[in-house]
Amino acid sequence: MFRYASDQSLFLDVAPAHANLDALAQIPGVVNLHPAYQSILIVFNPLITTHEVLQQSAAAASSVTPKNPKHHEIPITYNGPDLAAVARFHSLSQERVIELHAAGAYTVAFLGFVPGFAYLTGLPAALHTPRLPTPRKEVLAGSLGIAGDQTGIYPLATPGGWQLIGHTPLELFNAANTPMSLLQPGDHIKFIAV
Amino acid sequence: MTIVVQSPGMFTTVQDLGRPGHGIHGVSRAGAADPLALRIGNRILGNDDSAAALEMTLLGGAFTFPEGAQIALTGARPASLPGYECIEVQRGQTLRIGPLESGARCYLCVRGGIDAPLVAGSASTHVLSGLGGQALRKGDILAVKNSANQLASKAIPSELKTYSRLLRVTRGPQASEFDEAVFYDNEYTISPDSNRMGLRLEGPPVPCPQQGRMITEGVPLGAIQIPANGQAIILFVDQQTTGGYPKIANVITADIPSTAQLRPRDHVRFRLVTNEEAQTVLRRQEQLLNQL
Repeated sequence: MFRYASDQSLFLDVAPAHANLDALAQIPGVVNLHPAYQSILIVFNPLITTHEVLQQSAAAASSVTPKNPKHHEIPITYNGPDLAAVARFHSLSQERVIELHAAGAYTVAFLGFVPGFAYLTGLPAALHTPRLPTPRKEVLAGSLGIAGDQTGIYPLATPGGWQLIGHTPLELFNAANTPMSLLQPGDHIKFIAV
Repeated sequence: MTIVVQSPGMFTTVQDLGRPGHGIHGVSRAGAADPLALRIGNRILGNDDSAAALEMTLLGGAFTFPEGAQIALTGARPASLPGYECIEVQRGQTLRIGPLESGARCYLCVRGGIDAPLVAGSASTHVLSGLGGQALRKGDILAVKNSANQLASKAIPSELKTYSRLLRVTRGPQASEFDEAVFYDNEYTISPDSNRMGLRLEGPPVPCPQQGRMITEGVPLGAIQIPANGQAIILFVDQQTTGGYPKIANVITADIPSTAQLRPRDHVRFRLVTNEEAQTVLRRQEQLLNQL
């Protein structure tokens, strides 16, 4: 269940949606959590706690029921610069790509890469598409992309290699908001084509 | 009080001890690359450890202090000014820091600390996301907080001012997938293509047969990941919170300051230590700091 990561961190091998992240964050000495698909990296202050003490308290905290996930409906204009290429790759019409993507039921696995970037699971197999061979130097904030079996929205303008199929006007990340990110691990997402 | 940026130097940012606790939102901790140097500078001036300062990289800037100030320069040594002591800057005086002689990063700490807006509890600049703003530019004006705190008068032990190019590491979570001897027996060169997100190493490649089979997971500060080309990258303070490359080793917390001071084309080696050794070294460093 636990793996050593560094002298100030360890992995709890549990999917974030099945753990109580609030409870983990409140353990004395814990300074940060980096959730991913199947694990949570727990970063701690080694002057305050140890790997051994933390394993006991983290096991107890992760057995607490996580809070109920939220449901979000995200409006998307399916007009991304790679929509035609994605359709060609799968020998589908652009309309069918949009239909399939908007019909999917998605779950936030975790947030990573840049602030507010939610990695979503649930992309229909018919839409799994490799990344761009060369990443773009700048992707517009709000761009909806596909990479392999993943789909997600760029919350900020950053470089990126995902195939862009659409765009949302929603603000996904704002450091002045509480919480800063609209989407949280475990949340359910439905995309609405507009 | 204010500081006017006449010239920012090569790459100068406002940094404090960063914004931990937001990894769950994909937010990098950021903060001083050499937190030890920042804390010492702040203690010399009677500031809180977390007071914001300027982190200068390789080439320091020129700064005017219209109302004067008390400052301390810590970390890498500038050629023309003394380090690790309080410097009285006169009203209207311009300090020209110039090239750094030893190490890559010098902290310009000011009594009271730099008064920059806090984003998620920190003034630290994270360039990739724009949290905390961007690198300093000519003409920027920074506010400085007032302070009535006493200056520290103790000498700084040399152990806290000495950096090493032999980095101590503990085994990484995927270490057993590598031929670790290649990594520990060879010397590596810091690539000029290194920054606060990561330090790229050039040298004998470390092959990893399991490449591409890993599920993306969280990455700790100082993680040494090996991509498909076998050339290691040390993930640093502006790192992404997650990554999919296998990690052979992890720089110990006490050697993060030495990592921050590596310059492009410096040669570096790695020595494996146990977690217990890593903790002992860190406690020793903290004890020395707490005597200031």
